Amino acid sequence: MTRIGKAFKRLKKDGGKAFIPYIMAGDPSLETTKETVLMLEQCGADIVELGVPFSDPLADGPTIQRAAERALKNNVTLRKIIAFVKDIRSSTHIPLILMTYFNPVFKYGSERFIRDASDANVDGLIIPDLPPDEAADFIKHARKANLDTIFLLAPTSTEDRIRIVAKASRGFIYYVSITGTTGSGLLFDGSMERLISEIKGCTDTPIAVGFGVSTPEDAAAVAKVADGVIVGSAIVKKLHETPDTLKDYVISLRQAIR
Amino acid sequence: MPALKELEEAYLHSQKDREFQRELVHLRKTYIGRPTSLYFAKRLTERLGGAKIYLKREDLAHTGAHKINNAVGQVLLAKKMGKKRVIAETGAGQHGVATATGAALLGLECEIYMGTEDMKRQSLNVFRMRLLGAKVTEVATGSKTLKDAINDALRDWTTNVRSTHYVLGTVFGPHPFPVMVRDFQSIIGREAKKQILEAEGRLPDCLIACVGGGSNAMGLFYEFLNDDVKMIGVEAGGKGIESGEHAARFAGGSIGVFQGCKSYLLQDDDGNVLGTHSVSAGLDYASIGPEHPFLRDTGRVEYSYATDDEALNAFELLSKTEGILPALESAHAVAEVAKRAPEFASDKIIVVNLSGRGDKDVQHVARIKGIEL
Repeated sequence: MTRIGKAFKRLKKDGGKAFIPYIMAGDPSLETTKETVLMLEQCGADIVELGVPFSDPLADGPTIQRAAERALKNNVTLRKIIAFVKDIRSSTHIPLILMTYFNPVFKYGSERFIRDASDANVDGLIIPDLPPDEAADFIKHARKANLDTIFLLAPTSTEDRIRIVAKASRGFIYYVSITGTTGSGLLFDGSMERLISEIKGCTDTPIAVGFGVSTPEDAAAVAKVADGVIVGSAIVKKLHETPDTLKDYVISLRQAIR
Repeated sequence: MPALKELEEAYLHSQKDREFQRELVHLRKTYIGRPTSLYFAKRLTERLGGAKIYLKREDLAHTGAHKINNAVGQVLLAKKMGKKRVIAETGAGQHGVATATGAALLGLECEIYMGTEDMKRQSLNVFRMRLLGAKVTEVATGSKTLKDAINDALRDWTTNVRSTHYVLGTVFGPHPFPVMVRDFQSIIGREAKKQILEAEGRLPDCLIACVGGGSNAMGLFYEFLNDDVKMIGVEAGGKGIESGEHAARFAGGSIGVFQGCKSYLLQDDDGNVLGTHSVSAGLDYASIGPEHPFLRDTGRVEYSYATDDEALNAFELLSKTEGILPALESAHAVAEVAKRAPEFASDKIIVVNLSGRGDKDVQHVARIKGIEL
């Protein structure tokens, strides 16, 4: 079982829900990213998602787009982030997920990427523009390397998609709470509850919800229906604009996710 | 993914739907003004001293470019799908104008995404779109050009997918867009084939078209793919390949996966998309429709490029010899003709796709020449 699987297993036993913060690696620097990961762990994060900066982040809203632009300006690359994970493993064993777009992986070489990421002790991968239909080989290699492949479902996903994504996903399934990009507002119209119970009908894989969770209240509401809560844009924004307030905010999220 | 499946089904259905096809044919004839003429450019032929040059006059289509062929087709499809709203990206503004026009024609709400940089270069088209009732939204992220406008249009589409159809303007993006756009544009080649047979009693020896995303080229080439006809696609060479400031994906790029398809891409060693440059906004794009690499790698189509300076010279050449101001995009194809025509014997025939008219570029050309209007 991977570190991500173990984290969810432990939470299930304790009746808890996973808190999964997202930060953009290299915004403003990889040194800060290291400090932030350690702070997040200290504040009770269960898993950390590291964004890999890309020039054209299609699934992201303006907050994360800008963070990616800043990281790219610092010459932060997929290669450097893999080396970063390898380095930080001497300080922490918290499960780490890379969220990257497919082209940097393609350019790196899919198999080489999987091997290097696994060697560096990365635990999981989220690639929002790689649909599972096109990922058979990728999934096969990732499985062999003990890397979790996390695919996305959305409110528009049909029964067929749910089955395909459930089959392709390990670690957890990423449920996108809204039709839209990261950092949009959360919608409480019952659709999330409906879809999540439909997903639970076809798989035992845990479900974490992201896109649009920004306040502790949002996080608490989502934690009621899902196995984990992902908070990205709001954290990225605080880290950039008011870094002094980040720790308190993270603590308030942790307390809300039960 | 569900939206793409829904679109694919609707598109395949429309191909067999007699009423849809009848309506499309009727709009092409009475609204777009098709068939556009195939014009023998006598003075240009004499001037260049080689092959006989014919121009497929897409510049005479309503709104002044081939983009309307696809826009009217897709907006009609969107209406049949029950969508209330269409969105589109635009570079030069021609596709934005075409989509805004289609939306006005069929009574749908319309929003166009356009990079800040392009809005500056093509302010006339921005105003045209607004006159047509469209909302024009500025895209100030990334390189602030066409690729960033596509990113934002795709973001809008994922957000409003239930009510909205995304009218992608070229043979790019996820399936079914490359196929669907090619099919809507292939009317260009079908007409050209019939017209050249009428005029000359035989097929041409060579076809030339500029290639940004590649829709006007696919539109002309597709009908001739199984014939013994040479084809040349012309990319934007910008300030020259060595300068790094260009949009010649074949000459300067490598294979990548971007905006929903696998194709040639201008990218750095880490897979980030590079900024591009071309004097013409419509060719200023980092990737190319995926059918073009197929045609290139199988040796069916040759690809070359024309620099900004060559295109500007061709712009003036065609204006002065034929009284036709070409779009700066199309001027790249004319530049290639200027190089190739003299290599052919005088009984050979070249058909050039004159994909758009140059009125939109007049201010831009004046600025480059340092002339205040």
